[in-house]
Amino acid sequence: MSQYVLVVKEDCETCRLLASLTKRLIDELDITIYSQDNPEFPAGVPVIDDTELEYSFNHRLETVPTLLKFENESGLTELERTEGWDRNEWQRLTGLNFLEDLPAFRPGCGSKTLDPGMLDQLAVKFGSADLEARRLAIEDGEDEIEACYDRGWSDGLPLVPPTELRVVKMLQGTRRAPSEIIGNVPPDYAPCSVLKVAVNAVMAGCKPEYMPVVLAAVEAALLDEFCMHGLLATTYFSGPMVVVNGPISRAIGMNSKGNALGQGNRANATIGRALQLVIRNVGGGKPQGVDRAALGNPGKYTFCFAEDETNSCWDSYSVEKGFDSQDSTVTLFAADGVQGIVDQKSRTPESLCRSFAAGLRVASHPKMVMAADAFLVITPEHERVFRDAEWSKTRVKAELESLLQIDGAELVMGAGGIAEGLPDKFADKVVPKFRAGGLNIVRAGGGAGMFSAIIAGWGASGSMGSVPVTVKVGH
Amino acid sequence: MTMVLMDPTAELNPDGRMPLPKPKSLNGLTVGLLNISKPRGDIFLDRIDDLLGQKGIQTKRYSKPTFTRIAPTELKQQIATECDVVIEALAD
Repeated sequence: MSQYVLVVKEDCETCRLLASLTKRLIDELDITIYSQDNPEFPAGVPVIDDTELEYSFNHRLETVPTLLKFENESGLTELERTEGWDRNEWQRLTGLNFLEDLPAFRPGCGSKTLDPGMLDQLAVKFGSADLEARRLAIEDGEDEIEACYDRGWSDGLPLVPPTELRVVKMLQGTRRAPSEIIGNVPPDYAPCSVLKVAVNAVMAGCKPEYMPVVLAAVEAALLDEFCMHGLLATTYFSGPMVVVNGPISRAIGMNSKGNALGQGNRANATIGRALQLVIRNVGGGKPQGVDRAALGNPGKYTFCFAEDETNSCWDSYSVEKGFDSQDSTVTLFAADGVQGIVDQKSRTPESLCRSFAAGLRVASHPKMVMAADAFLVITPEHERVFRDAEWSKTRVKAELESLLQIDGAELVMGAGGIAEGLPDKFADKVVPKFRAGGLNIVRAGGGAGMFSAIIAGWGASGSMGSVPVTVKVGH
Repeated sequence: MTMVLMDPTAELNPDGRMPLPKPKSLNGLTVGLLNISKPRGDIFLDRIDDLLGQKGIQTKRYSKPTFTRIAPTELKQQIATECDVVIEALAD
């Protein structure tokens, strides 16, 4: 036999209209009535008090009145529901004939669970108990931002205190279960749940809509070929740089244009920071602890930007890597800081490539070869030179590769009066600056300024250390 | 109202703030001896100074202007800069 539930509130004209029906419903159906506001309403029939809205929240009520039909054979399973008053629907659901003097149709009112801000509060009240993270009470008189510092969670800048409400809202940015383990974060190799990512994303200042990108960034960092442990532990400068491609970068308002590598955009700033906070807090990776960087670089607070794919004459980085242009992806690169290349005079691709090559030639050290990968970030005004000459990105890379074949005599120890260098056996060889595939190009930056940027990478780039990794952003 | 925060860490350590780890030995460290300016604090610290000196441990002496107020920021910064650990004479 079917069971029914009717959810009403007195502060709804349609619910009041149906009050006259409730006595008959009780007599003829196995029905339970819940009231969201006044437990004395409807008068004269048994009503369950749902002023706490637990039932309404758990059953995702959107409208009152809502009539729900359940089958009781194998547990209580909801079969269907009807919202508002629709005589035909009600008759179909209940099998009763409603001959009372009622209109054929009346829409309902909004469920109280949908009052402004209510859903989030209810999610904390009834939906956060199973979120598996230790709760820490901040006592009266204790400053909550100082409390975050005191517990060692901060990268040095203030954090957004991760309250249950903020974390629950952050989790609404993903369809993944909070308890899902996405991997073990070095250096402690502690299991990291979606929930722990959300807590750190709150602290970093993310919006919930950034969560899919943050999760993808964490997943990418945990890929073996990215070598996050070594990257963290190295004395070198590098840290993870995040490049976002595809529609999501535009949907969440990332900056790929003026000052793309700089400050001022919330998504750029907080997504990169969230990744670093996960490594710090879940992984336990802290400067002067397992992070042995001699100097580090400012990008270790956050280093995240989007590639500018609009009106580009080239395939984006992710398309080069085999993804569709409609895929959203996150790429991680073990990156140092930014080295600018100024060239305001070149109007031919040959000349501009020579400028780029001259800058790339000295990345990390003029004698360091086949060690560090690099990303070349080309701005629209420089890209225009190649566009006008119809040079593909592949051709630019090939040109740079040929320009970056270096005479070993310049690279060996002692050459140029510099002790640093390669063993003498390379003196009569020609050595490429970058390993095969080690030089990458992305397009970003403002419309004015004939500047591009070299972002050199970890001296242990490649299969012996870290290679750039790209993962698709999920939901 | 008490604010409740969710722990962002892997929860490998106890909650609450952890004291700094104690040094296993004072060898090679500089020990600050802070007199909060209560009577006879100097007698206690003189004795500690003497005992540490016999072990070849370097000490530095400091005094708060008055025990009735917390140490001035400059004094805390000076001690933190010059010393590895500090021993404070609290009582009369």
